[in-house]
Amino acid sequence: MTDEEEIILDQLNDEDLVQQIHEDLYDGLAEEIEEGVNILLGRGWEPYNVLTEALVAGMKIVGIDFRDGILFVPEVLLAANSMKAGMFILRPLLAATNAPKMGTVVIGTVKGDIHDIGKNLVAMMMEGAGFDVVNIGINNAVENYMTAIEEHEADILGMSALLTTTMPYMKVVIDTLIERGMRSDYIVMVGGAPLNEAFGDSVGADAYCRDAAVAVDTAKELMAKRQGSLAATQAAGGA
Amino acid sequence: MASTPTTLLIACGALAQEITALIRANGWNHLAITCVPAQFHNRPEKIPPAVRDKIHAARGKYDKILVVYGDCGSGGQLDDMLSREGIERIAGPHCYQFYAGQADFEAMMDAEPGTFFLTDYLVRHFNLLIIQGLGLDRHPQLRDEYFGNYSKLIYLAQTQNDELVAQARAAADQLGLVYEYRYTGYGELERFMADAQKAKKEKPSHGKTDHRLLA
Repeated sequence: MTDEEEIILDQLNDEDLVQQIHEDLYDGLAEEIEEGVNILLGRGWEPYNVLTEALVAGMKIVGIDFRDGILFVPEVLLAANSMKAGMFILRPLLAATNAPKMGTVVIGTVKGDIHDIGKNLVAMMMEGAGFDVVNIGINNAVENYMTAIEEHEADILGMSALLTTTMPYMKVVIDTLIERGMRSDYIVMVGGAPLNEAFGDSVGADAYCRDAAVAVDTAKELMAKRQGSLAATQAAGGA
Repeated sequence: MASTPTTLLIACGALAQEITALIRANGWNHLAITCVPAQFHNRPEKIPPAVRDKIHAARGKYDKILVVYGDCGSGGQLDDMLSREGIERIAGPHCYQFYAGQADFEAMMDAEPGTFFLTDYLVRHFNLLIIQGLGLDRHPQLRDEYFGNYSKLIYLAQTQNDELVAQARAAADQLGLVYEYRYTGYGELERFMADAQKAKKEKPSHGKTDHRLLA
């Protein structure tokens, strides 16, 4: 790339510009992402299409290469920061338009754990996929989760942990949902480096997600199933 | 004359120097060590297959094989593999815990969940593993994304070494964290190895040489 001539973004056609945005995301170039997003908006693109075709599609490539060991955490963080810069421009425009809404997610790191890099990536990709995301941060006791899911009428509760010593707390939260008769009201998804599918099953989560891309796909799938079963229930009730 | 090792310790490379020092200091000549690269902490999914390969390579050559590794982010996959192989591992999720002891480690974490730990090994290789490993040499602006939720750095020292203390203090400054020093010695690692030495079988050796394979 260094030997090539400088690329003038607004001289690219739409297809090449979207491709260039993908490459700039991969390289973590926040200023170029902001410029590219503004150019597409200036050409009359819908904010939702800029988000999905330029930013989310670009981050998917980053996610795949991270999973495959081609990219590492620093590069993913830089890419994520670039995507955030683009989303900062798009967020108010998306709110003002009829962008599809997938549902509401409350997401946070469990009590005793202050790690949030993966959780924040998931939150960002969920937002990019059209979910309203309420990120309640780190070190969350069970009451923080309960308050947030009720206040924001969440569809999905997401919990993250990086430590083997803190991940059992997820069961405390899920058991509390059960005790209060609220478990079936929410999809519960868990993730974090030391977790696996068996752990997710053992604590009673609906899904364990190994990375942000899987989390988004799983959330969409579970929401679709949930909406299908709600529709079926309503149809049965009305019959 | 040194006796032939009958027990193999398959260890994280981050523990190689400490294990070797304990073997030498205590004359635990029935213990041999082979290591998996410490850099695998950055890709913990590589740890279980690497340890399994070491187990398979050592089968039949030693009376006993033990693993000196934390879970180290493998998500329980290391323990699952060891269970299938019938191999015992030192208890604890991280080397910090078996140096500090479980009760003290939990007390430190309860007091301040945002605690970043260094050991002698991590102090010695701080620049390579932390600064370069996290890309902070190339992207120093990421420091607060990695460490913004931490408030304290505790150096759990295995040895009393003024040079390492100075380096650990400098590391805390570099990360913007409050520094604390605790001398732990080798903690549960030493007890685990002492038990392994005691448990050695009194049977004739296989006439092999001492394998100290540091990967």
